[in-house]
Amino acid sequence: MKQLPERFGRVLELLENLDPADRVQMLVDTARTFRSVPASVAEKPYPVENRVPGCESEAYVWAQPGASGTLNYYFAVENPQGISAMTLAAILADSLSGVPLEDVAAIPADVVFRIFGRELSMGKSLGLMGLVNMVRAEANRHLLASRAENSS
Amino acid sequence: MSKRIEERGYITPEVLVSTGWVQEHLNDPEIRIAESNEDPLLYSSNHIPGAVEIDWTRDLNDPVRRDYLNREGFEGLMRRIGATRETTIVLYGDKNNWWATYAFWVLQLFGHTRAKIMDGGRLKWVKEYRPVSREVPRYPATQYQAPERDNTSFRAFRDQVLQHLQKKQPLVDVRSPEEYRGERLHMPEYPNEGALRGGHIPGALNIPWGCAVNTEDGTFKDSVELRKIYLDENKLHPGDNVIAYCRIGERSSHTWFVLRYLLGFTNVRNYDGSWTEWGNMVQVPIENPSVGTRHEAAA
Repeated sequence: MKQLPERFGRVLELLENLDPADRVQMLVDTARTFRSVPASVAEKPYPVENRVPGCESEAYVWAQPGASGTLNYYFAVENPQGISAMTLAAILADSLSGVPLEDVAAIPADVVFRIFGRELSMGKSLGLMGLVNMVRAEANRHLLASRAENSS
Repeated sequence: MSKRIEERGYITPEVLVSTGWVQEHLNDPEIRIAESNEDPLLYSSNHIPGAVEIDWTRDLNDPVRRDYLNREGFEGLMRRIGATRETTIVLYGDKNNWWATYAFWVLQLFGHTRAKIMDGGRLKWVKEYRPVSREVPRYPATQYQAPERDNTSFRAFRDQVLQHLQKKQPLVDVRSPEEYRGERLHMPEYPNEGALRGGHIPGALNIPWGCAVNTEDGTFKDSVELRKIYLDENKLHPGDNVIAYCRIGERSSHTWFVLRYLLGFTNVRNYDGSWTEWGNMVQVPIENPSVGTRHEAAA
Protein backbone atom coordinates (compact mmCIF):
# COMPACT_ATOMS: atom_id res chain seq x y z
CA MET A 1 0.00 0.00 0.00
CA LYS A 2 1.29 3.44 -0.92
CA GLN A 3 2.37 5.58 1.99
CA LEU A 4 0.19 8.53 2.82
CA PRO A 5 1.52 11.99 1.95
CA GLU A 6 3.76 13.09 4.79
CA ARG A 7 1.78 16.03 6.13
CA PHE A 8 -1.52 14.19 5.82
CA GLY A 9 -0.05 11.14 7.54
CA ARG A 10 1.18 13.28 10.42
CA VAL A 11 -2.30 14.73 10.96
CA LEU A 12 -3.80 11.26 11.03
CA GLU A 13 -1.15 9.99 13.41
CA LEU A 14 -1.73 12.91 15.73
CA LEU A 15 -5.49 12.35 15.75
CA GLU A 16 -5.17 8.63 16.35
CA ASN A 17 -2.97 9.19 19.36
CA LEU A 18 -5.41 11.50 21.08
CA ASP A 19 -8.02 10.25 23.50
CA PRO A 20 -11.56 10.49 22.08
CA ALA A 21 -12.49 13.74 23.85
CA ASP A 22 -9.29 15.51 22.80
CA ARG A 23 -9.69 14.24 19.27
CA VAL A 24 -13.22 15.64 19.03
CA GLN A 25 -11.94 18.95 20.37
CA MET A 26 -9.14 19.05 17.84
CA LEU A 27 -11.56 18.24 15.03
CA VAL A 28 -13.91 21.00 16.15
CA ASP A 29 -10.99 23.43 16.33
CA THR A 30 -9.97 22.35 12.85
CA ALA A 31 -13.48 23.11 11.56
CA ARG A 32 -13.00 26.67 12.78
CA THR A 33 -9.99 27.02 10.48
CA PHE A 34 -12.05 26.10 7.43
CA ARG A 35 -12.06 28.76 4.73
CA SER A 36 -14.58 28.51 1.93
CA VAL A 37 -13.46 28.62 -1.68
CA PRO A 38 -12.27 32.13 -2.64
CA ALA A 39 -14.32 34.07 -5.18
CA SER A 40 -11.32 33.98 -7.51
CA VAL A 41 -11.87 30.22 -7.86
CA ALA A 42 -15.65 29.92 -7.74
CA GLU A 43 -18.71 32.02 -7.02
CA LYS A 44 -22.24 31.09 -6.06
CA PRO A 45 -24.25 29.43 -7.34
CA TYR A 46 -21.61 26.73 -7.40
CA PRO A 47 -21.65 24.39 -10.40
CA VAL A 48 -23.33 21.08 -9.77
CA GLU A 49 -20.33 19.22 -11.24
CA ASN A 50 -18.27 20.40 -8.28
CA ARG A 51 -20.75 19.11 -5.74
CA VAL A 52 -19.73 16.02 -3.76
CA PRO A 53 -22.18 13.23 -4.55
CA GLY A 54 -23.80 11.77 -1.48
CA CYS A 55 -22.65 14.49 0.92
CA GLU A 56 -25.63 15.90 2.76
CA SER A 57 -23.54 18.78 4.08
CA GLU A 58 -23.63 20.17 0.52
CA ALA A 59 -19.88 20.12 0.04
CA TYR A 60 -18.13 21.24 -3.15
CA VAL A 61 -14.59 20.61 -4.36
CA TRP A 62 -12.36 22.50 -6.78
CA ALA A 63 -8.79 21.85 -7.87
CA GLN A 64 -6.54 24.54 -9.32
CA PRO A 65 -3.04 24.09 -10.74
CA GLY A 66 -0.33 24.57 -8.13
CA ALA A 67 3.45 24.38 -8.09
CA SER A 68 5.38 21.67 -9.99
CA GLY A 69 2.37 20.04 -11.57
CA THR A 70 0.47 19.65 -8.31
CA LEU A 71 -2.99 20.93 -7.40
CA ASN A 72 -4.38 23.21 -4.75
CA TYR A 73 -7.72 22.06 -3.39
CA TYR A 74 -10.60 24.33 -2.42
CA PHE A 75 -13.87 23.52 -0.76
CA ALA A 76 -17.25 24.95 0.11
CA VAL A 77 -19.68 23.54 2.66
CA GLU A 78 -23.13 25.06 2.25
CA ASN A 79 -24.79 23.43 5.26
CA PRO A 80 -23.90 25.64 8.25
CA GLN A 81 -24.27 22.60 10.50
CA GLY A 82 -21.89 20.50 8.40
CA ILE A 83 -19.11 20.69 10.96
CA SER A 84 -17.58 17.31 10.07
CA ALA A 85 -17.46 18.20 6.39
CA MET A 86 -15.77 21.50 7.25
CA THR A 87 -13.21 19.69 9.39
CA LEU A 88 -12.40 17.21 6.66
CA ALA A 89 -12.25 19.92 4.01
CA ALA A 90 -9.85 21.95 6.15
CA ILE A 91 -7.59 18.92 6.65
CA LEU A 92 -7.61 17.98 2.96
CA ALA A 93 -7.00 21.54 1.77
CA ASP A 94 -4.13 22.04 4.16
CA SER A 95 -2.40 18.70 3.85
CA LEU A 96 -2.96 17.70 0.22
CA SER A 97 -2.53 20.97 -1.68
CA GLY A 98 0.84 20.93 -3.41
CA VAL A 99 1.26 17.16 -2.92
CA PRO A 100 2.23 15.02 -5.97
CA LEU A 101 -0.89 13.88 -7.78
CA GLU A 102 0.04 10.18 -7.58
CA ASP A 103 0.10 10.42 -3.80
CA VAL A 104 -3.24 12.18 -3.58
CA ALA A 105 -4.87 9.74 -5.99
CA ALA A 106 -3.69 6.81 -3.87
CA ILE A 107 -5.30 7.94 -0.61
CA PRO A 108 -7.87 5.40 0.55
CA ALA A 109 -11.32 6.86 1.17
CA ASP A 110 -11.63 5.09 4.51
CA VAL A 111 -9.14 7.51 6.04
CA VAL A 112 -12.28 9.21 7.31
CA PHE A 113 -12.46 6.54 10.03
CA ARG A 114 -8.90 7.33 11.07
CA ILE A 115 -9.87 10.97 11.31
CA PHE A 116 -13.31 10.74 12.93
CA GLY A 117 -13.23 7.30 14.53
CA ARG A 118 -15.40 4.26 13.96
CA GLU A 119 -18.49 5.76 15.54
CA LEU A 120 -19.55 7.63 12.42
CA SER A 121 -22.97 6.70 11.10
CA MET A 122 -22.91 4.86 7.81
CA GLY A 123 -24.56 7.79 6.10
CA LYS A 124 -22.15 10.32 7.52
CA SER A 125 -19.08 8.21 6.78
CA LEU A 126 -20.11 7.56 3.19
CA GLY A 127 -20.75 11.26 2.68
CA LEU A 128 -17.32 12.14 4.02
CA MET A 129 -15.72 9.40 1.94
CA GLY A 130 -17.41 11.04 -1.04
CA LEU A 131 -15.45 14.19 -0.25
CA VAL A 132 -12.15 12.28 -0.20
CA ASN A 133 -13.12 10.43 -3.37
CA MET A 134 -13.79 13.67 -5.19
CA VAL A 135 -10.34 15.00 -4.29
CA ARG A 136 -8.82 11.73 -5.47
CA ALA A 137 -10.82 11.93 -8.69
CA GLU A 138 -9.56 15.46 -9.34
CA ALA A 139 -5.98 14.31 -8.81
CA ASN A 140 -6.53 11.34 -11.08
CA ARG A 141 -8.13 13.43 -13.79
CA HIS A 142 -5.20 15.86 -13.86
CA LEU A 143 -2.72 13.03 -13.64
CA LEU A 144 -4.18 11.30 -16.69
CA ALA A 145 -4.35 14.59 -18.56
CA SER A 146 -0.70 15.37 -17.86
CA ARG A 147 0.37 11.84 -18.86
CA ALA A 148 -1.57 12.13 -22.10
CA GLU A 149 0.04 15.50 -22.76
CA ASN A 150 3.52 14.13 -22.10
CA SER A 151 3.04 11.13 -24.37
CA SER A 152 1.76 13.19 -27.31
CA MET B 1 -44.07 32.76 11.81
CA SER B 2 -45.38 29.68 13.63
CA LYS B 3 -48.24 29.93 16.09
CA ARG B 4 -47.54 29.43 19.77
CA ILE B 5 -47.42 25.72 20.60
CA GLU B 6 -50.50 25.86 22.82
CA GLU B 7 -52.48 27.48 20.00
CA ARG B 8 -51.72 24.79 17.44
CA GLY B 9 -54.39 22.35 18.51
CA TYR B 10 -52.16 19.39 19.31
CA ILE B 11 -53.59 16.51 21.30
CA THR B 12 -50.56 16.42 23.65
CA PRO B 13 -48.99 19.87 23.37
CA GLU B 14 -46.97 19.44 26.54
CA VAL B 15 -44.42 17.22 24.74
CA LEU B 16 -43.27 20.19 22.70
CA VAL B 17 -41.53 23.27 24.07
CA SER B 18 -40.34 26.42 22.36
CA THR B 19 -36.79 27.71 22.22
CA GLY B 20 -37.92 30.55 24.48
CA TRP B 21 -39.25 28.10 27.06
CA VAL B 22 -35.95 26.24 27.04
CA GLN B 23 -34.00 29.45 27.56
CA GLU B 24 -36.20 30.25 30.57
CA HIS B 25 -35.45 26.80 32.02
CA LEU B 26 -31.69 26.67 31.50
CA ASN B 27 -31.08 26.51 35.24
CA ASP B 28 -34.12 24.48 36.22
CA PRO B 29 -32.84 21.51 38.28
CA GLU B 30 -35.84 19.42 37.25
CA ILE B 31 -34.96 19.78 33.59
CA ARG B 32 -32.11 18.10 31.76
CA ILE B 33 -31.50 19.45 28.27
CA ALA B 34 -29.99 16.93 25.87
CA GLU B 35 -28.69 17.35 22.34
CA SER B 36 -28.79 14.47 19.89
CA ASN B 37 -27.29 14.90 16.44
CA GLU B 38 -26.23 13.03 13.40
CA ASP B 39 -23.02 15.05 13.05
CA PRO B 40 -20.71 13.81 15.81
CA LEU B 41 -18.89 17.15 16.09
CA LEU B 42 -21.84 19.50 16.38
CA TYR B 43 -22.39 19.20 20.12
CA SER B 44 -18.70 19.77 20.81
CA SER B 45 -18.64 22.79 18.52
CA ASN B 46 -21.22 24.41 20.82
CA HIS B 47 -24.55 23.62 22.43
CA ILE B 48 -27.22 25.05 24.66
CA PRO B 49 -25.56 25.95 27.98
CA GLY B 50 -25.91 23.06 30.39
CA ALA B 51 -27.02 20.60 27.71
CA VAL B 52 -25.63 17.08 27.75
CA GLU B 53 -25.07 15.00 24.63
CA ILE B 54 -26.92 11.80 23.84
CA ASP B 55 -25.16 10.23 20.89
CA TRP B 56 -27.49 8.00 18.91
CA THR B 57 -24.85 5.42 18.04
CA ARG B 58 -22.72 5.41 21.17
CA ASP B 59 -25.43 5.96 23.78
CA LEU B 60 -28.63 4.49 22.37
CA ASN B 61 -27.54 1.46 20.38
CA ASP B 62 -26.13 -1.86 21.45
CA PRO B 63 -22.47 -1.81 20.40
CA VAL B 64 -22.63 -5.28 18.86
CA ARG B 65 -26.15 -6.34 17.88
CA ARG B 66 -28.55 -4.25 15.84
CA ASP B 67 -30.70 -3.33 18.80
CA TYR B 68 -31.03 -0.66 21.44
CA LEU B 69 -29.30 -0.52 24.75
CA ASN B 70 -30.65 -2.78 27.46
CA ARG B 71 -32.05 -1.81 30.86
CA GLU B 72 -28.63 -1.62 32.51
CA GLY B 73 -27.29 0.45 29.66
CA PHE B 74 -30.22 2.83 29.88
CA GLU B 75 -29.80 3.19 33.62
CA GLY B 76 -26.13 3.96 33.05
CA LEU B 77 -26.98 6.60 30.46
CA MET B 78 -29.47 8.31 32.75
CA ARG B 79 -27.06 8.20 35.68
CA ARG B 80 -24.37 9.72 33.48
CA ILE B 81 -26.54 12.67 32.47
CA GLY B 82 -27.68 13.13 36.06
CA ALA B 83 -31.32 12.27 35.46
CA THR B 84 -33.76 10.58 37.78
CA ARG B 85 -37.16 9.13 36.93
CA GLU B 86 -38.58 12.54 37.87
CA THR B 87 -36.28 14.56 35.60
CA THR B 88 -37.82 16.02 32.48
CA ILE B 89 -35.52 15.44 29.52
CA VAL B 90 -35.77 18.13 26.85
CA LEU B 91 -34.31 16.91 23.58
CA TYR B 92 -33.17 18.86 20.55
CA GLY B 93 -30.76 18.33 17.69
CA ASP B 94 -29.81 18.73 14.06
CA LYS B 95 -31.68 17.54 10.99
CA ASN B 96 -35.04 18.95 12.15
CA ASN B 97 -34.87 16.93 15.34
CA TRP B 98 -34.59 13.52 13.64
CA TRP B 99 -32.24 12.23 16.30
CA ALA B 100 -33.97 14.09 19.09
CA THR B 101 -37.26 12.35 18.31
CA TYR B 102 -35.33 9.10 17.93
CA ALA B 103 -33.88 9.56 21.43
CA PHE B 104 -37.33 10.56 22.67
CA TRP B 105 -38.69 7.32 21.22
CA VAL B 106 -35.99 5.28 22.96
CA LEU B 107 -36.85 7.02 26.24
CA GLN B 108 -40.42 5.82 25.78
CA LEU B 109 -39.23 2.24 25.29
CA PHE B 110 -37.98 2.51 28.87
CA GLY B 111 -41.06 4.30 30.12
CA HIS B 112 -39.38 7.66 30.70
CA THR B 113 -42.46 9.71 29.90
CA ARG B 114 -41.11 12.97 31.28
CA ALA B 115 -39.63 14.02 27.96
CA LYS B 116 -40.09 16.90 25.57
CA ILE B 117 -38.85 18.02 22.18
CA MET B 118 -37.62 21.56 21.55
CA ASP B 119 -39.59 22.77 18.56
CA GLY B 120 -37.39 23.77 15.65
CA GLY B 121 -34.33 22.00 17.01
CA ARG B 122 -30.77 23.18 17.09
CA LEU B 123 -30.94 25.29 13.95
CA LYS B 124 -33.80 27.43 15.28
CA TRP B 125 -31.92 28.05 18.53
CA VAL B 126 -28.78 29.09 16.63
CA LYS B 127 -30.67 31.26 14.15
CA GLU B 128 -32.32 33.11 17.02
CA TYR B 129 -28.86 33.90 18.41
CA ARG B 130 -29.68 32.30 21.73
CA PRO B 131 -26.76 31.54 24.03
CA VAL B 132 -24.44 28.65 23.29
CA SER B 133 -21.53 27.18 25.17
CA ARG B 134 -18.62 24.84 24.54
CA GLU B 135 -18.44 23.82 28.17
CA VAL B 136 -19.40 20.19 28.73
CA PRO B 137 -21.44 20.11 31.95
CA ARG B 138 -20.95 17.47 34.60
CA TYR B 139 -23.88 16.49 36.79
CA PRO B 140 -23.71 14.36 39.89
CA ALA B 141 -24.51 10.75 39.07
CA THR B 142 -28.01 9.73 40.07
CA GLN B 143 -29.73 6.56 41.08
CA TYR B 144 -31.95 5.50 38.23
CA GLN B 145 -33.96 2.32 38.06
CA ALA B 146 -35.53 1.57 34.72
CA PRO B 147 -37.99 -1.11 33.75
CA GLU B 148 -37.03 -3.64 31.10
CA ARG B 149 -37.26 -2.23 27.61
CA ASP B 150 -40.82 -2.44 26.25
CA ASN B 151 -40.60 -3.71 22.67
CA THR B 152 -44.34 -4.04 22.23
CA SER B 153 -46.04 -0.66 22.56
CA PHE B 154 -44.07 1.60 20.26
CA ARG B 155 -41.80 -0.72 18.32
CA ALA B 156 -42.57 -3.05 15.42
CA PHE B 157 -40.51 -5.98 14.12
CA ARG B 158 -40.33 -7.51 10.67
CA ASP B 159 -42.73 -10.40 11.31
CA GLN B 160 -45.27 -7.99 12.74
CA VAL B 161 -44.87 -5.79 9.68
CA LEU B 162 -45.46 -8.79 7.44
CA GLN B 163 -48.65 -9.64 9.34
CA HIS B 164 -49.63 -5.99 9.27
CA LEU B 165 -49.46 -5.75 5.50
CA GLN B 166 -51.25 -9.05 5.07
CA LYS B 167 -54.10 -7.62 7.16
CA LYS B 168 -53.93 -4.48 5.01
CA GLN B 169 -53.39 -2.28 8.04
CA PRO B 170 -51.81 1.10 7.43
CA LEU B 171 -48.09 1.43 6.89
CA VAL B 172 -46.50 4.83 6.47
CA ASP B 173 -43.28 5.08 4.49
CA VAL B 174 -41.78 8.44 5.48
CA ARG B 175 -38.88 8.36 3.03
CA SER B 176 -38.57 10.57 -0.02
CA PRO B 177 -40.85 9.82 -3.00
CA GLU B 178 -37.78 8.70 -4.98
CA GLU B 179 -36.88 6.12 -2.36
CA TYR B 180 -40.50 5.02 -2.09
CA ARG B 181 -40.79 4.54 -5.84
CA GLY B 182 -37.61 2.49 -5.87
CA GLU B 183 -35.75 4.98 -8.04
CA ARG B 184 -33.08 5.27 -5.41
CA LEU B 185 -32.03 3.26 -2.38
CA HIS B 186 -31.29 6.25 -0.22
CA MET B 187 -32.55 9.75 0.37
CA PRO B 188 -31.56 12.49 -2.06
CA GLU B 189 -28.03 13.79 -1.45
CA TYR B 190 -27.41 10.92 0.88
CA PRO B 191 -25.32 7.84 0.27
CA ASN B 192 -26.71 4.37 -0.13
CA GLU B 193 -27.01 2.60 3.18
CA GLY B 194 -26.84 -0.94 2.11
CA ALA B 195 -30.24 -2.05 0.82
CA LEU B 196 -30.15 -4.55 -2.02
CA ARG B 197 -33.65 -3.84 -3.27
CA GLY B 198 -35.50 -0.60 -3.88
CA GLY B 199 -39.18 0.18 -3.51
CA HIS B 200 -41.51 0.01 -0.55
CA ILE B 201 -43.53 -2.36 1.57
CA PRO B 202 -46.67 -3.19 -0.41
CA GLY B 203 -49.59 -0.99 0.48
CA ALA B 204 -47.50 1.56 2.37
CA LEU B 205 -48.54 5.18 2.05
CA ASN B 206 -45.77 7.60 1.19
CA ILE B 207 -45.92 10.58 3.53
CA PRO B 208 -42.38 12.01 3.73
CA TRP B 209 -41.43 13.06 7.25
CA GLY B 210 -40.77 16.63 6.10
CA CYS B 211 -44.49 17.13 5.41
CA ALA B 212 -44.89 17.70 9.14
CA VAL B 213 -42.39 20.54 9.37
CA ASN B 214 -42.51 24.23 8.46
CA THR B 215 -39.62 24.75 6.08
CA GLU B 216 -38.94 28.32 7.18
CA ASP B 217 -38.08 27.57 10.82
CA GLY B 218 -38.16 23.80 11.25
CA THR B 219 -41.08 23.90 13.69
CA PHE B 220 -43.93 21.41 13.53
CA LYS B 221 -46.97 22.39 11.50
CA ASP B 222 -50.17 23.06 13.41
CA SER B 223 -52.82 20.40 13.88
CA VAL B 224 -55.06 21.74 11.10
CA GLU B 225 -52.27 21.34 8.57
CA LEU B 226 -51.18 17.99 10.01
CA ARG B 227 -54.73 16.62 9.96
CA LYS B 228 -55.09 17.72 6.36
CA ILE B 229 -51.97 15.74 5.41
CA TYR B 230 -52.37 12.59 7.45
CA LEU B 231 -56.14 12.31 7.85
CA ASP B 232 -57.75 14.06 4.89
CA GLU B 233 -55.25 13.38 2.14
CA ASN B 234 -54.02 9.98 3.28
CA LYS B 235 -57.15 8.71 5.01
CA LEU B 236 -55.48 7.74 8.26
CA HIS B 237 -57.54 7.77 11.43
CA PRO B 238 -56.26 8.32 14.99
CA GLY B 239 -57.72 4.95 15.97
CA ASP B 240 -55.79 3.08 13.26
CA ASN B 241 -53.09 0.58 14.03
CA VAL B 242 -50.20 2.30 12.19
CA ILE B 243 -46.59 1.30 11.58
CA ALA B 244 -44.14 3.92 10.31
CA TYR B 245 -40.80 3.15 8.73
CA CYS B 246 -37.97 4.83 6.84
CA ARG B 247 -34.38 3.68 6.28
CA ILE B 248 -33.07 2.97 9.77
CA GLY B 249 -35.88 4.27 11.95
CA GLU B 250 -34.78 7.83 12.62
CA ARG B 251 -37.03 9.72 10.21
CA SER B 252 -39.93 7.43 11.13
CA SER B 253 -39.45 8.21 14.83
CA HIS B 254 -40.12 11.83 13.80
CA THR B 255 -43.41 10.80 12.14
CA TRP B 256 -44.19 8.48 15.07
CA PHE B 257 -43.88 11.52 17.35
CA VAL B 258 -46.20 13.57 15.13
CA LEU B 259 -48.86 10.88 14.89
CA ARG B 260 -48.80 9.84 18.52
CA TYR B 261 -48.42 13.13 20.34
CA LEU B 262 -49.48 15.89 17.99
CA LEU B 263 -52.38 14.08 16.35
CA GLY B 264 -53.26 11.64 19.12
CA PHE B 265 -52.92 8.31 17.32
CA THR B 266 -53.22 5.75 20.08
CA ASN B 267 -51.66 2.77 18.33
CA VAL B 268 -48.65 3.78 16.27
CA ARG B 269 -45.32 1.98 16.20
CA ASN B 270 -41.94 2.62 14.65
CA TYR B 271 -40.41 -0.19 12.57
CA ASP B 272 -36.76 0.58 13.29
CA GLY B 273 -35.49 -2.24 11.08
CA SER B 274 -36.99 -0.16 8.28
CA TRP B 275 -35.76 -0.36 4.70
CA THR B 276 -32.22 -1.44 5.56
CA GLU B 277 -33.82 -4.61 6.93
CA TRP B 278 -36.80 -5.02 4.59
CA GLY B 279 -34.86 -4.18 1.43
CA ASN B 280 -32.31 -6.87 2.26
CA MET B 281 -34.58 -9.69 3.41
CA VAL B 282 -35.12 -12.74 1.26
CA GLN B 283 -38.61 -13.37 -0.12
CA VAL B 284 -40.47 -10.52 1.53
CA PRO B 285 -42.93 -8.71 -0.72
CA ILE B 286 -41.85 -5.43 -2.29
CA GLU B 287 -43.57 -2.97 -4.56
CA ASN B 288 -41.26 -1.19 -6.94
CA PRO B 289 -43.12 1.04 -9.38
CA SER B 290 -39.89 2.13 -11.06
CA VAL B 291 -39.44 -1.34 -12.53
CA GLY B 292 -43.15 -2.11 -12.69
CA THR B 293 -42.93 -5.23 -10.61
CA ARG B 294 -44.44 -6.50 -7.45
CA HIS B 295 -42.91 -9.46 -5.68
CA GLU B 296 -45.52 -11.36 -3.73
CA ALA B 297 -44.74 -12.85 -0.37
CA ALA B 298 -43.70 -16.46 -0.28
CA ALA B 299 -46.55 -18.75 0.72
